[in-house]
Amino acid sequence: MALAALIGFNVLNSIAALVLLSIGLGVIFGMMKIINLAHGEFLMLGAYATVITTNAGLNLFFAMLVVAPLFVGAVGLIVERGIIRFLYGRMIDTMLATWGLSLFLVGIITTIFGTTVKGVAAPFGGFAIGRYQASAYSVFMIVMAAAVLLGIWATLRFTRFGLIARATMQNPDMAAALGVSPPRIYMATFVLGAALTGLAGGVLVPVSGVAPTMGAAYIARAFITVIGGGAAIITGSGLASALFGFIDQVVTFQTTPVFGEVALLISALVMIRILPQGITGRFFRRSL
Amino acid sequence: MKPRPAWPGLCAVLAAMLVVMFGLPLVTGLFGLVQATVFIAMAVLALSQGFIWGYGGIMSFGQSAFFGLGGYTYAVAVMNMGDSTIPFFLSILLPAAFAALLGYFMFYGRISDAYVGVITLTVTVILFNVVNSTAGDVYHIGNAPLGGFNGMPSVPPLNMPGDPSSPLDPQQLYYVCMGLLVLVYLMLHLILASKFGRVVVAIRENETRAMLLGYDPRLYKLLVFAIGGGIAGLAGCLFTNWGGFISPTVFGLSQSAQIIIFVLVGGLGTLVGPILGAVAIEYLITVIGSQQTFNADLILGVVLVAFVLLVPQGVVPVLRGMTLRVFSQRRVAALPEAKPVRP
Repeated sequence: MALAALIGFNVLNSIAALVLLSIGLGVIFGMMKIINLAHGEFLMLGAYATVITTNAGLNLFFAMLVVAPLFVGAVGLIVERGIIRFLYGRMIDTMLATWGLSLFLVGIITTIFGTTVKGVAAPFGGFAIGRYQASAYSVFMIVMAAAVLLGIWATLRFTRFGLIARATMQNPDMAAALGVSPPRIYMATFVLGAALTGLAGGVLVPVSGVAPTMGAAYIARAFITVIGGGAAIITGSGLASALFGFIDQVVTFQTTPVFGEVALLISALVMIRILPQGITGRFFRRSL
Repeated sequence: MKPRPAWPGLCAVLAAMLVVMFGLPLVTGLFGLVQATVFIAMAVLALSQGFIWGYGGIMSFGQSAFFGLGGYTYAVAVMNMGDSTIPFFLSILLPAAFAALLGYFMFYGRISDAYVGVITLTVTVILFNVVNSTAGDVYHIGNAPLGGFNGMPSVPPLNMPGDPSSPLDPQQLYYVCMGLLVLVYLMLHLILASKFGRVVVAIRENETRAMLLGYDPRLYKLLVFAIGGGIAGLAGCLFTNWGGFISPTVFGLSQSAQIIIFVLVGGLGTLVGPILGAVAIEYLITVIGSQQTFNADLILGVVLVAFVLLVPQGVVPVLRGMTLRVFSQRRVAALPEAKPVRP
């Protein structure tokens, strides 16, 4: 019984991690149809911002929830203005340019901070599920993932910006005819996606080591989740995270995390064969 | 306008390659030849990417998956068999088969180019993580330990076919690599000149139209991808032979990015471009490695972004366009009726 509860908790935790990891990528992909290959490096920047400001004496939660998103959002703004906006409509070129950016960011962080792994201790300690010990920080991650999904949903559903953003997503020309400037919406979306990725990087700090190449450890999961989810941001990311988080955790429990990732890849490959547009390409098409 | 005949260019390139092949040992010592061998292995790898991307229009970001798979296949097989003849062919066939399997899911699912890029990239990243985690005595295939992040040291080199007691020395390895590069180059030219190759290019130009003419784009893309995978596997085999060593970095993101940069810098839609791009970028990386100021990733990133933004078609097509323009201007002077035609 306690074992079942523990596995259930771990599955929830795995789903929450996938939501946090992929939501920034999903926002940018859903709104702009751009796949940001520097996503892993945005995570890494958020993590570095958190570690450095925490070690300088800032409160850990202020660092991960405020400093990391603001910093990575600012980086996103520079990237969008400096590179991405020249490449709209050229999907492959955008991917190549963001890949170049990813190499550049790894290179520059390695040059500045070296390749040593940094980190901060996980706060909160643990709690008991029957005979087993679980990390209380995981509860915080689950709450964060739910809050992020809810926040994006509320923004898209109830605010004026959300309305304009949804209109631009559905039909940019029509939105432009009604007086909206799609380039500005794209800019705001990219910055928002980057900030969410920075937040995810910050939240991951207590449970992972921070190094210049840490992005590579996470992007595979993030890409699989976004491709599996399809274009709808909330439903797609949520459903794909739930499905893949479950598969990942069950296989990881039987073998190792590496084979959990392999199982993710195989299920994603089978899925794109059946649902090439992702889950929301066929089901829940009108969802957010 | 009649298409420009391909054979003068082909003959010129082949002649240049043969001059390099037999001229280089005269002007450089053994160290230079060993250096050249790794450049050649990378040139073969660049050809595979140039073929599937530039002609097949397939956006593979994970050609290093097949490269690494070829290298590991060779290493594991030769450690088990002793003789290198069968491992050599396995290192081509296994990556080709893997590419065909992956291609089945991607092309028969009819996913978009961007998804193909992301899936291939993801495959590489996961292969890296898998091989990286195989450290320890538990992980071995036959009597070849996989070694995890430490890699596999002292892989036996290629030997004379059927005779494990006479391994190739570095100079012979250089000739074998260069010969294989010429062979792959010729083979790709023949493929592109054949009906199969023309259909492949037609599909790149307009998939729907090719389909309406009765060709199945999915099958053609699958075959192109498998051929590319096989060539990348061959490059991996040569790379392993060069150092007698292979480690999971062959699956790394930097390695995958390098292959893209080779082709992007050299030029899409040419076969010479990727070869020249590979040699130039490999040389650049060697230079960066020998001085400590800049990180290689940093420079590669800048090169990639700069080329995407400023020279997206690559160096060779730009140069070719410039020379053609000079020639066609002369012709325009002679024949006032002729108009420049965009290729």
